[in-house]
Amino acid sequence: MTDKDNVATALRTMRKGEKITVKNEKTSEVTLLNDIPFGHKFASIPIRKGEFIIKYGENIGRATANIQQGAHVHVHNVESLRGRGDLT
Amino acid sequence: MMDSFFGFERENGIGTRNYVAILPSVVCANEVARKIEERVENTRAFLHHQGCVQMGEDLNQTIRALSGFGKNPNSHSVLVVSLGCEAVNAQHLTDNIAKSGKRVELITIQKLGGTLKSIAKGVQITKDMVKEASLTKRREFDVSELTIGVKCGASDTTSGIASNPATGYAVDRIVKNGGRTIFGETTEIIGAEHVLAKRAISKFVAEKLFKLVTAIETEGMKMGVDLRGSQPTPGNIAGGLTTIEEKSLGAILKAGSSPLNEVLEYAEVPSKKGLILMNSPGREVEVVSGFMASGAQVIVFSTGLGAPFGLPIVPVLKVTGNPNTAKELSDDIDVDVSSIISSEESVNQAGIRIYKEIIDVASGKAVKAELYGYSFVDIWRIGPTL
Repeated sequence: MTDKDNVATALRTMRKGEKITVKNEKTSEVTLLNDIPFGHKFASIPIRKGEFIIKYGENIGRATANIQQGAHVHVHNVESLRGRGDLT
Repeated sequence: MMDSFFGFERENGIGTRNYVAILPSVVCANEVARKIEERVENTRAFLHHQGCVQMGEDLNQTIRALSGFGKNPNSHSVLVVSLGCEAVNAQHLTDNIAKSGKRVELITIQKLGGTLKSIAKGVQITKDMVKEASLTKRREFDVSELTIGVKCGASDTTSGIASNPATGYAVDRIVKNGGRTIFGETTEIIGAEHVLAKRAISKFVAEKLFKLVTAIETEGMKMGVDLRGSQPTPGNIAGGLTTIEEKSLGAILKAGSSPLNEVLEYAEVPSKKGLILMNSPGREVEVVSGFMASGAQVIVFSTGLGAPFGLPIVPVLKVTGNPNTAKELSDDIDVDVSSIISSEESVNQAGIRIYKEIIDVASGKAVKAELYGYSFVDIWRIGPTL
């Protein structure tokens, strides 16, 4: 959504192995490591465990594992930093 | 003319519809209200579930919402239906609604001698009211007379990319033309409050915003579980939304880019024009009912996965940016903006189409929810039922 983002959102179903052009601060070609369903995100650059996930130029959560470029980014590897009644 | 609509003049505003409202003061009066509605055309019963065994601020909020339902300019006149022993003072409610200038009558089931006699009396009163209402004609009014409520529901990723930004463009235009836009769903500001606060017209408004968001997040955390699964919902998650922060950043786009002029409690009446935030949860029925209580005459509902929801007297216009939903659930969609996803149309071009639809609906064009008779209402509870 913005140049600062480290994830991109699929506007069609995308398949593992597809090469997608992503425009960030520089344009890069990303090879998908997983199938990405319509509306889901993949990492446009590598993301380390504990780093923030950035979409709309804003922090939308934190990586709970190392995420490779082109991997599916969703509830299995991202936690929210808000509303965490389970942590109190 | 683009920036005017045709509506019904009331003493307290302009209606986009001309119903007679049947308003139970308590849930116990619902069946009588419903049976009167069945027998008299152009009446609408507000079948909520509250009105008794409530106290303090929770009871005050319910009374405020009921009063707002009665005052909304989309009804010509109101019949209040009371049981007779409820916590809500039905006479006060009736008198309060009458301050709007409308004809308001009250029937009390326990005083009239029960269900059948109350239905008969209610039918007599409302048939007169409907006949009176039928004499009112639409006249041309400026768009500045409109209050538009905006909600996003059954959201997926297309909500934040297409339907919300396009809706935001449309309501920016309402505000530029002197009208009012109300949005809510305080939970779906968690993670995006700093973005909104920058647009608050004063420090007071910004602080009130932060206070509301903190309060609702704290309330959620009392349950001792991760908010995820409740917010975002399972449907949001399947549709690609990973966290509440992501959902919120997409959600606030539907409110457009205008300055935030006022922050209200649930069902409060706005004192300013422009963009207003009303404290409310993310669940459809309560938040949209709250907009109705605050005086909204049209609601724009941006949906990803599709939702059939409608209110008794306020048209709920459905917009989707999801091409699959637009095709498979076309029965429940009014405006398709999935052309944004396929890059055939810009957000602004789609926003203009939504704006035109708002004007047409305000002037009488039926929305899908009205065609099928969807008529939900309920009131946000902030206290226990003991």
